[in-house]
Formats: sequence, structure tokens, C-alpha cells
Amino acid sequence: MFNDKMVLIFVELDNGQIKKTSLEAVYYGAEVAKMQGSTATVLAIGAANSAALAVAGSFGASKVLHANATNLQTENAMAYASVLAEAVRQENADVVILPKSGLCDAMSARAAAKLQASVVSGVVELPDLSNGFKVKRGIYTGKAFATVSVSGAIKILGVKKSAVTPVESGAVAEVIAFNPATNAGDFVAKIISQEKADGELSLTEADIVVSGGRGMKGPENWQPILDLAHALHAATGCSKPVSDLDWRPHHEHIGQTGIKVAPNLYIACGISGAIQHLAGVNSSKCIVVINKDADAPFFKAADYGIVGDVFDILPRLTKAIEAAK
Amino acid sequence: MKILVCITNVPDTTAKIAFIDNDTKLNKAGVQYIIGPYDDYALARAVELKEQHGGSITVLNVGEADGEQQIRKALAIGADDAIRVNCEPSDSYFVAAQIAHCAKEGSYDLILMGRESIDFNSGVVHGLVGEMLNIPSFSPVMKLDIDGNTAKFAREIEGGKEYLEASLPLVLGCQEPIAEWKIPNMRGIMTARTKPLNVVEPVAVPEAATLEKYTLPAPKGAVKMIAADDVESLIALLKSEAKVL
Repeated sequence: MFNDKMVLIFVELDNGQIKKTSLEAVYYGAEVAKMQGSTATVLAIGAANSAALAVAGSFGASKVLHANATNLQTENAMAYASVLAEAVRQENADVVILPKSGLCDAMSARAAAKLQASVVSGVVELPDLSNGFKVKRGIYTGKAFATVSVSGAIKILGVKKSAVTPVESGAVAEVIAFNPATNAGDFVAKIISQEKADGELSLTEADIVVSGGRGMKGPENWQPILDLAHALHAATGCSKPVSDLDWRPHHEHIGQTGIKVAPNLYIACGISGAIQHLAGVNSSKCIVVINKDADAPFFKAADYGIVGDVFDILPRLTKAIEAAK
Repeated sequence: MKILVCITNVPDTTAKIAFIDNDTKLNKAGVQYIIGPYDDYALARAVELKEQHGGSITVLNVGEADGEQQIRKALAIGADDAIRVNCEPSDSYFVAAQIAHCAKEGSYDLILMGRESIDFNSGVVHGLVGEMLNIPSFSPVMKLDIDGNTAKFAREIEGGKEYLEASLPLVLGCQEPIAEWKIPNMRGIMTARTKPLNVVEPVAVPEAATLEKYTLPAPKGAVKMIAADDVESLIALLKSEAKVL
């Protein structure tokens, strides 16, 4: 059967490895390709060795385009968008999949305008191709969903974490160097400096998040949260008041105006559960709330709750988890 | 310096979301509307920049007439004039095309908006506008200063911050703590009434995505309470029942 359609998936790299949410996006794209009777190609930008990229094959991709030019080593949404648009043109892709992230939102926007493509962000499940191309996406910050019919000749989808559960095939993808021409206009910003916490688990990638609120009473009391996070191999987050008070850095702030997380397990310690905070965590699979106030609104949104003193409970919980390993 | 601030008219964060007309429309009954919280940060910083450097602020809303209350609030906070593109903001591409069209006519030095709207959460409009105007776009911007023709700004990146410099014009998607939200004072509210609010009709844009229906998430089961001295039970439940450990 002749089919000129193709699915292209952009993957984010972290230290040369494809990120977990990106591998989910690869699987998502490969499933769409299966439905369309087409193939899935991956685009990776930045330093990585071929073996690390070939892993995309196990998630359903047949090949990986690897753009690794010197000027693409630093994350640059505009330049990455140009590379993505070039890959779409070269491969004649009609569906483009990106994991939902700040970088990918910016890339998909600029690429969509270049390609006059439809762009739908926050997709939560595989599309329905039975009558057109329909996707379900999260809206109102996790409080509802919208099913939209996407009409553009090229469709760009930003896929949320856990939209699909990948099944690995063990296959290996062919990795091909991809060196499109770059635009000077994409490199007009001068990077003065970067502040990045080293070795921290990414909040948006982590399967487990341990988060602290004002109930922790001060930045000097964060050790029990860090210890529990360490025992669970979890990322740490906080509520808005905590980051406003500078107890924790702003990039840990989870909520309506901060980061939205969707881990398998979210453990909230000393957080009352204002609606603004819930907006950042309502996509979590399982929520545990530990709070000394039995009337804290967060308990209503929780799967499991413990009423008690965080400073008493957290060390015992950490110890029990270590013991159960 | 000419600044364009794009604002959304969105249900308040605490609003109860429900749908009517066979799940094709939001039930607006009892819903309080606000300026998008991220847009509100962008507006606040624009007002501060105008205080420092002079110039003017135009506020732009792509939306229906019921959003004019929010536009007047933005004028009361410190914008000089306003444009409302008279239409239902259907999808990101459509909205961005309207903004790009207005921006071309006004030739602004700085186009600010929130990192995302809190109704559809796409976070793509600033990038679309930037590309449509062929000028750089950055998001999410959490610090912004202007020095002559150069913007010095910080962007949140995963696990940290990135400090950048770029020449104007720019499109920036903003978030806290770029500025503190501003509350209009009485003088602002009085003068806002007479500031110009121009209503323009949208430019034609091919439809990219159309709504089929809205749905609500499945209701959450009741919380299971565990005794404070029994953390072992919690671990057991997380393993065997929730299957998340």
C-alpha cells in the first residue's frame, strides 16, 4: 500500500538519554502511525550517542534523525523549531508529536506558524481516527477535557505525561545524522548565565513527588522532606507560599501559577490544599496528604490521608520505606 | 517604548467548571471572570517599565464583549488604550493570528502576555505570534528589565533559571515573579472609563481545530484515612492497592 503519511516525534534529551516522557511520546506517535498505516520517525537534537537514541526503536520508531550541530548544544526553542520544521518538510510528516513541556510548547508554536499547521497542546489520550482526527486534551488546568477535531493538513500535538502506557518491543531504530541549515535569526539572544540545580530529579519527569507547604514551618525544617524524597527516589516540590517566602526555589513551586505535575504518587506534607495548589497536582494518579489539621481541604482531593504531625510522621515513613526495600 | 499587553478573560481559578448545551458550552452562571493570572503579571511589569522608561501601553483582548470589564480593569491598572478583537477565541492559531495582525499595525517594541491562558492552557500563543511577526519569542519569563534597545531577562528552565539579553522587538510569555499583581486605585478606575477602547473585527483565519465536546474527569473516590502511628499500612496500600510503589 502506498502511503505518503508519516509521524514525526521530537524527543527531549537529558545527559544524552531520551527522557521518559519523550519515550512515551515516541510510543504515542508509533501508535498513531500504526492506525494510519504509516511509519514513525524520531527527531533528537543535541549530544547523544547512537545507542542511546536507537532505544526509540523499542518504543515503535523505525528511525531517528539526529541533529547535533555545535550551535544546537544549548536548548534554544527557536532554533529547535526551525530544525523540527525542516524535518517535517523532509520527511513529509502529517502528524508531529512532542511531549508537553515548556521547550516543546515553544517549539511546536513556532514550527506550527512556519508550517501553517494545527497545534493542539495537552493531549491526554490516543486520537480517534474513525471520523476525521479527534483528540482529547486537558483544559481549565486539569479540571476538564475538550475533544477537538483537528483539521490542518499538518497536525502538531503536545502529549501529556501518562497519555499512553508504552509496551517495549526490544527493536532498535536506525540513527541518521540530520544537518539542516540554521537561521541566524534563531540565535539573536545572548545567554548571559544559567543557574541550574545539579543532580536534581526533574519534577515533571519524576514518578513520585514529595512536596512541602507552610506546615513545614521554615526552610531549616526541610530535611524530613528531602530524606523521604531520597528514600523514594522522588523529586521535591512546594506550595506557592513556600516559594514566595523563599524557603524553597521558585522552580519547585507546584500549582496554578507554577509547575503542573502528573506523577504516579504525590505526597503532600503540611500543605492545606488551596485550589491554586490542587490545579498543579490534579493529574497525579495517587495523592497522599499528611496534615495535622483534619479539616485541611486537601484531604477531600486525596486518595490516602494521615492526620498528624509531619515532623513525627515523615521520619517514621522514611524509615519504613527504607526497611521495606 | 510602545508595549502591547495581551490579556485573556478567563474563569477564576476557584470557579466550578460545568458544561451546558450537550457539553459544548461552559456554564457561565455564577462564574467569576478575571484577567488571566499570568497576563496580570505581564501587565503589572509593563506598568512598571512604563513608569521607568516612559512610553505607552496598549492592552489587547481577543474575545467577546463580556470581557470588557477585564479590559477596563487593565486600563485602570495603567494601560493607556485598548483593543478588543470582537470574536470568540476559538483556538490558539486563530487567537495568535489576531494578535499578530494588531501588532503589525501598532509596531510595538515589546509584546507581553502570560505564559499560558488558564482556560485552555496551551502555552503556544506567544511562540505563534513571534513566528508570525518574524521576531524572537521567549517563555516563561520571570524577570525583565529594559536597557535602551535591549531586554535583559530571565527565563525559567527545568531546575533553574537562564539569564538572557536580546534586542527589541520581542514577544515574551510571562510568569511570576516578574512583578507583583497590581490593584487599580480610585483615580485609575475613574480615568479608565474615558480611555479609548477600540473594537475591531477579526481577520479571517482558516480553522485549525474545532470543539466537539467537553467532558469532566471521573469523580474521585473517598479518601482513605490511615492512623498516624501506622505508616506501614500506608506503604502496604500504596503497593498493593494503588500500585504506585
